[in-house]
Amino acid sequence: MAFNYDKYLRVNKMPTLWCWGCGDGVILKSTIRAIEKMGWDMDTEVCVVSGIGCSGRFSSYINCNTVHTTHGRTMAYATGIKLANPHINVIVVAGDGDSLAIGGNHTIHACRRNINLNFILINNFIYGLTNSQISPTTPQGMWCVSAQNGNIDPTFNAANLAIGAGATFVARETVNDPKKLEKMLVKGFEHKGYSFMEVLSNCHINLGRKNKMASAMENLSWIDSITVSKKKWDELPPEEQMNKLATGILREVVQPEYTDMYEEVIKAAQGKRGKITQADFAKKI
Amino acid sequence: MAREVIGNGNELAAEAAIDAGARFFSGYPITPSSEVMHVASDLLPEVGGKFIQMEDEIAGICAAFGASMSGVKSFTATSGPGISLKAEQIGLGFIAEIPLVIVNVMRGGPSTGLPTRVSQADIGQAQYPTHGDYASITLCAGSLTECYTQTVRAFNLAEKYMTPVFILLDETIGHMHGKAVLPDLEEVKASIVNRATFDGAPADYKPYDVPMNKPAVLNPMFKGYKYHITGLHHGHEGFPTEDAVQCEFNIERLVGKINTVAAENDGLDDLPDYEEYMLDDAEVCIIAYGSIGLGAYEAVNKLREQGIKAGMFRPILLWPSPAKRIAEIGAKFKDKIFITELNMGQYSKEIERVIKRNDFTTLLKANGRPIAPAEMVAKVKEMM
Repeated sequence: MAFNYDKYLRVNKMPTLWCWGCGDGVILKSTIRAIEKMGWDMDTEVCVVSGIGCSGRFSSYINCNTVHTTHGRTMAYATGIKLANPHINVIVVAGDGDSLAIGGNHTIHACRRNINLNFILINNFIYGLTNSQISPTTPQGMWCVSAQNGNIDPTFNAANLAIGAGATFVARETVNDPKKLEKMLVKGFEHKGYSFMEVLSNCHINLGRKNKMASAMENLSWIDSITVSKKKWDELPPEEQMNKLATGILREVVQPEYTDMYEEVIKAAQGKRGKITQADFAKKI
Repeated sequence: MAREVIGNGNELAAEAAIDAGARFFSGYPITPSSEVMHVASDLLPEVGGKFIQMEDEIAGICAAFGASMSGVKSFTATSGPGISLKAEQIGLGFIAEIPLVIVNVMRGGPSTGLPTRVSQADIGQAQYPTHGDYASITLCAGSLTECYTQTVRAFNLAEKYMTPVFILLDETIGHMHGKAVLPDLEEVKASIVNRATFDGAPADYKPYDVPMNKPAVLNPMFKGYKYHITGLHHGHEGFPTEDAVQCEFNIERLVGKINTVAAENDGLDDLPDYEEYMLDDAEVCIIAYGSIGLGAYEAVNKLREQGIKAGMFRPILLWPSPAKRIAEIGAKFKDKIFITELNMGQYSKEIERVIKRNDFTTLLKANGRPIAPAEMVAKVKEMM
C-alpha cells in the first residue's frame, strides 16, 4: 500500500516553495517516513525546528508544533525546547550556511552537550535561497555570485567537525538514496543523545547552473561521484580520501545524555542525592 | 506577611523570577549581571526548573525563547553588550509574541565600555533594541525591594501582553547589598498572570487571529494545538505571508497592543508606573530613576532642610512612559524641572517629547560614576 503522507503534512501548504527537483522534498518525505517508523504522536510528541534558508521552510510543512527561528540559531532554540520538555522528540533542520557558518558555534556546543536533538543538516554546498553565495562547504574553484573570480575558501568536513565536538551519533547520506536516508534518520532518532545527520543534497539552480550541472540529474550525479560508503572510504589512500565524503554511520557511541544528566542536577538540588562530583563521570577531563 | 531579606539587587531579581513562576533560565556570563545567573542555577533545579549556561549571549536568549514558546515561563539576564548581541532574537520575540523577561543590569558603554561601573545608557536601547517597528515594555527598579517586585511585574506584563519585557537594573542597584522588604509570598503568588489559552477544538485554533490591539493567544505546545511560530510576517495560523493588508495590521497591532493600550488605560496594569516624593507642595521637581532615584530622595531632603521645596518624580515604567503624568508635571513646574540621569540625556529626550519644551535643567553623567546628592543640590540651587 502506498505510504500516506497526509497525516504528517500540512497539505494545504502544498506545493512547497522549493524549486522543481530540489532534494529538500526527498528529505521531507524520508523524515516523515522515519517519524512514522518511530510511532511518534504528532499531536504531543514531536517538535520540528528550522532556521533560515530554503531548509527554513521545512518546519512549516510538517503537521506538528513547529518553529521557524532566526538565521543560525536553530540549535539554540531547539536546546531550550528540549531542555524544558525532555520527553519531546525535537527534530532540527538547517542548511550548511545556517548551521556551519552563522550558527557554527551553536552546532559545536550542541554536539558537546550530547543533548538529545535530532539534527538534519541539509548540505547543498551553497546559499541557495539568497542566490548562490559561498558556504563553508562550497568546493574551492566553483563559481558563485560572491566569488566572481572563483571560490578560494577552503571547505570543512561537517561530520568530522561534529565528531571532534563530541557528537555521539554522526552519519551521512545523500538524497540519491532515500531508503538509506530513511534508515539513517531512524537510527539517529533512536539514538539517545545528539544525532548529527548530514544529508548531501542538490541545488542545481544556484550551485549547478553556474558549475556545469544545471539539471537536477547532473547535480545528483556529482553528489554520487563525491561519495562512497564508510567501509570503502576507509580503504582508500589518503589522496583519494580527501576528495570523497564517506556515507553511512560515521560514529555511534553511548554517553550520558544532557537532559538525563540534568535530572541528576534536580535531584542534587532537592537533596535527593549528593552534589554532582567528578566521581559521577567516566570522562574526567 | 511581608518578608525581610538580605541580598543584592541581582539576587533579588532572580528570586523574584522564580516566585513569579519562571521555570527556565538560559544565559551567558557578563558583568555586572552574573549574580542573576548564579542564583538561578542554584534555585531553579530546586523547584524542578531548568537552568543552562549557553555558549554565547545569542544562544542565551534563544534557548529561553525556545522554552517560553513551549509554554514554560522563562528569563535571561545580561548587560549592554549582551543586549546588543541578543537584539535580533528580541525581534523574533516581538513579532512572534513570545513572552520573556530580560534583566539588563546596565554598565557603561558603548562596546565593552566600563564593565564594572554604573550607567543608565541602555534606556534608549530598551525602547528600540532591534530593527523594525514594535513597542517595548521596560521597567526600571529604583530600590532593592523593586528589584524583586518589578521583576515579578515584568513576568506578569510579559504574559499579559505576550511580548519580551525588559527589567532594567543598573550596576549600583544590582550590586547593592542590603535589607529588602518583600511582599508576602502568597500575595505574590495570587498576583501571578499566566498567558491566555484557547480551549476550543484544536481545528478551530488560530493563535494570531486576534483583534487590533490584542495580543496573540499561544497555547502551550504538545497538547494537541499544533501551530507554527515564525519570525516572518504571518497570518492568523502563524504561517508566513506577504499580504500587504495583513502585514500592516500585524505592525499596527504589535505597536497598539502596548502603546495604544497604555495611553488609553493610563498604564499597562494597576500598579504604580512612577513614584512621587514630596511633590505636592514642591516648587522644583527632580526627575530621576533607577539608583539615581535613591540619591534624589536625599537631595530632596537636603534641599528642604535648606528651605527649597523640592520634590521628586521617579518613573518606574520607562516604556511606554507615563506620559499623562509627565505632561501634568511639565505644565505645573514649568522650567523648574531638573532631570538627572547616567547618560547623555536619553530620558530627558522623552520628557522633552512629552512636554514639548526643553527649558528644563539637566545633570547628566556618563563616566561610570554615580551622581551624588550634593551635586544635585548644588545644581538645583543654581536654578532657584
